[in-house]
Amino acid sequence: MFVEKDRTSTKQIFLENDKRDAFYLKILKILITNKTFLILIGLVFLMSFLSEYFLTIGNIVNIIRQVSIYGIIAMGMTLVIIMGGIDLSIGAIVAIGGVVAANLIKNFGLPIWEATILAIFAGFLLGFLNGIIISKLKIAPFVITLAMMSIARGLAYVYVDGMPIVNLPKDFVRFGQGNISFLPGPIFIFIIVIIIAYVILHLTKLGRYIYYIGGNENAAIFSGINVTKVKTIVYALIGAFSALSGVILTARINSAQPQAGLGYELDVIAMVIIGGTSFTGGTGTIAGTCIGVLIIGIINNALDLLGISSYYQMIVKGLVIASAVILDVTISNKNRQ
Amino acid sequence: MDDIRSNILHKEKVILEVKNISKTFPGIKALKNVNLKIKEGEVHALVGENGAGKSTLMNLLSGIYKPDSGGEIFFKGGKVTIKNPYFAIQLGISMIHQELNLVLQRTVAENILIGREPTLPNLRLLDWSNLFKEVKNLLKKNDISLSEKMIVGNLSIAKQQLVEIAKAISYNPKLIIMDEPTSSLSRNEVERLFKIIKIFRKQGISVIYISHVLDEIFEIANRVSVLRDGILVGTKNITEISKNQIISMMIGRKIGVMFPQFHKSKEDIAFEVKRLNRKNIFKDISFKVNKGEIVCIAGLIGSKRTEVAQAIFGIDHIDSGEILIENEELKIRNPRDAIKHGIAMVPEDRKLGGLALCRSLKENLSIVNLNDFSKGPFILSKKEKINSEKSVKMLSIKIQSIQQIVNYLSGGNQQKVVIAKWLNINPKILILDEPTRGIDVGTKAEIHKLIAKLAEKGVAIIMISSEMPEVLGMSHRVIVMKSGEIRKILNKKDITQENILVYSLGGRK
Repeated sequence: MFVEKDRTSTKQIFLENDKRDAFYLKILKILITNKTFLILIGLVFLMSFLSEYFLTIGNIVNIIRQVSIYGIIAMGMTLVIIMGGIDLSIGAIVAIGGVVAANLIKNFGLPIWEATILAIFAGFLLGFLNGIIISKLKIAPFVITLAMMSIARGLAYVYVDGMPIVNLPKDFVRFGQGNISFLPGPIFIFIIVIIIAYVILHLTKLGRYIYYIGGNENAAIFSGINVTKVKTIVYALIGAFSALSGVILTARINSAQPQAGLGYELDVIAMVIIGGTSFTGGTGTIAGTCIGVLIIGIINNALDLLGISSYYQMIVKGLVIASAVILDVTISNKNRQ
Repeated sequence: MDDIRSNILHKEKVILEVKNISKTFPGIKALKNVNLKIKEGEVHALVGENGAGKSTLMNLLSGIYKPDSGGEIFFKGGKVTIKNPYFAIQLGISMIHQELNLVLQRTVAENILIGREPTLPNLRLLDWSNLFKEVKNLLKKNDISLSEKMIVGNLSIAKQQLVEIAKAISYNPKLIIMDEPTSSLSRNEVERLFKIIKIFRKQGISVIYISHVLDEIFEIANRVSVLRDGILVGTKNITEISKNQIISMMIGRKIGVMFPQFHKSKEDIAFEVKRLNRKNIFKDISFKVNKGEIVCIAGLIGSKRTEVAQAIFGIDHIDSGEILIENEELKIRNPRDAIKHGIAMVPEDRKLGGLALCRSLKENLSIVNLNDFSKGPFILSKKEKINSEKSVKMLSIKIQSIQQIVNYLSGGNQQKVVIAKWLNINPKILILDEPTRGIDVGTKAEIHKLIAKLAEKGVAIIMISSEMPEVLGMSHRVIVMKSGEIRKILNKKDITQENILVYSLGGRK
């Protein structure tokens, strides 16, 4: 009954199996890591059949331009969610960014770039407040940013007394409607933000700390990471991105409105989650979010092209988000078993 | 089915038979053609190194995983397919996991009968009086000393575990699987647990008992099976086998001396604490550690050893007291300060404080000394890679690549990663909180050797350990703590099992 097998021979059998399994694992891995990319390609393929107009350069540029305003915030949201947090105040900070810039330009006569920087700074400050409260007092980010969502929205209304600021200078509007060098303004800025987020997350110590805090905050504290500082920086950063997005939105529609950015949370969080960032924190990439941004953009555009009413669009978008997450969970569960 | 009948061992009834069971995960063959028989009313110990496949096997039996096709499981004489955990419980297999799954805010009774609460006749409302009565009877029948109305969150870990056991028994199982049930229990609590297991045995309930503590197995088990690399290497009656034989079956080679030889410590003081106080936690903690000295802190659960270590490392604050390194007083407000002064701490629970499990080996290894391979805010990835590979080699961590996610490493390898991560800062003072808990014998010996080597190099080592042999074999001096106070500091010649136990129980003031 007592069979003592030779250790080396069993090891060898294992190694052979490992080699074969590693091959399958590799294929599986490629499929899993690129599944959002596959969805993107599928969507493009499908739409090119359904609408002749879809695959024209004009339409593609249009999609990216529309989506840039969300995409800029999605870059910040990727960092926040990887860190295990969430920010619901982004939509309200978009409005703050817009009204601050417009007011400074129109009513105080500040140069465009100065007004823009001050608007971004206002967003940075609100984000900083979010971050410092979340990290110092250890309050759930959901609650604090929910409160900030209401406060910032209220501030935006108070700041302009509820009235939109319209008829902005031509140079400012060109920033949102025209080109910067050969690219449309919003796309140009979106690309710059992508580069900034990519560098932070994938090339710097800060990025490593963000991943580590999201992976295990307790271990991050033990490892001597200044968790308070990292969290504050990240929330301040998403605040700044949101305000920047608000400035671009204002330039694009030539009007700063205190109700701008309403409901942006949904789209932005959806972009990040569809892009493969885990809600539990610790995993996710900038490239993934870029694909998520495009997927949401194409869905919006497709529904418009197919003439589906905006009421139905909401339903469809919700279903897409749900299925993306369900797909993600089922695949990773299968992988685990 | 006649086939099984004829296979019955020693004419005793076989309650569970596992035939030719395999389990493949992507990349790993966790179990290979395992055959196992569990007899009615026996305590069957299952041992093996971490990653040997014990947990996988138990998860197959309790319906969490599904086996590869080709294997068969027979329970109570019939072939069964265990589809899910609920099915396993209906069948008569209850599992008590190492991590407890309780609703801490609710009472003992509610936790035990969760999902099966008695309701008032004709109404779908909870019948509280019957709920408490049923649980009271159940606890009495099995001689479990618990009050059914207590809130679970207010109970000690040991009592919480009793709740899990009571819950398991409330399903009237024929087989109970216990995964490392004693890992967080004191000696007394272990004995109480064994009494309950003996009651189970009398009732004809079989127990599969997974443990790393071999002494316990000799105390409680009838038979023992050893798993190694996913293969069941053998099953023996406990009376026919010795501890060393089990160990050599587990690791497939003979091991000589358990503990490494280590040198005498130097005379210069590396580290000292004076009258550390934290209200209601610990009081007047003073001790010194010389360069190259290994000082163990022994004590039972609740002696607040971890709390002292965490205060030194800056995780918890102190109300008063001094911390001196090389006779220089320092302020340590957070782990960053501690690390700056050359203190490293390997925490008690690697999953809690040691590792970001969803991140790669490389990222975990370099998180503390990221500054060493970065320029300004940027990480120099080539330098980082070289450093990680050096760590892997030095501690012989078994991996496929440094990009591997640490979650998929075995417990022993994970522990090595935590230690390696801290050695990267070349610590002057190394605090090790239960450095070998829950890891296999081979890795344990490797870690002991490493600790001795570090001490020889002059690192001052403070080690918290609940494993008596480790304390006896690995320390120059032993600090014995009880309820937040130092009871005795034992010098080398006085370090005996008896002394440590007596002082940690509070005797000989």
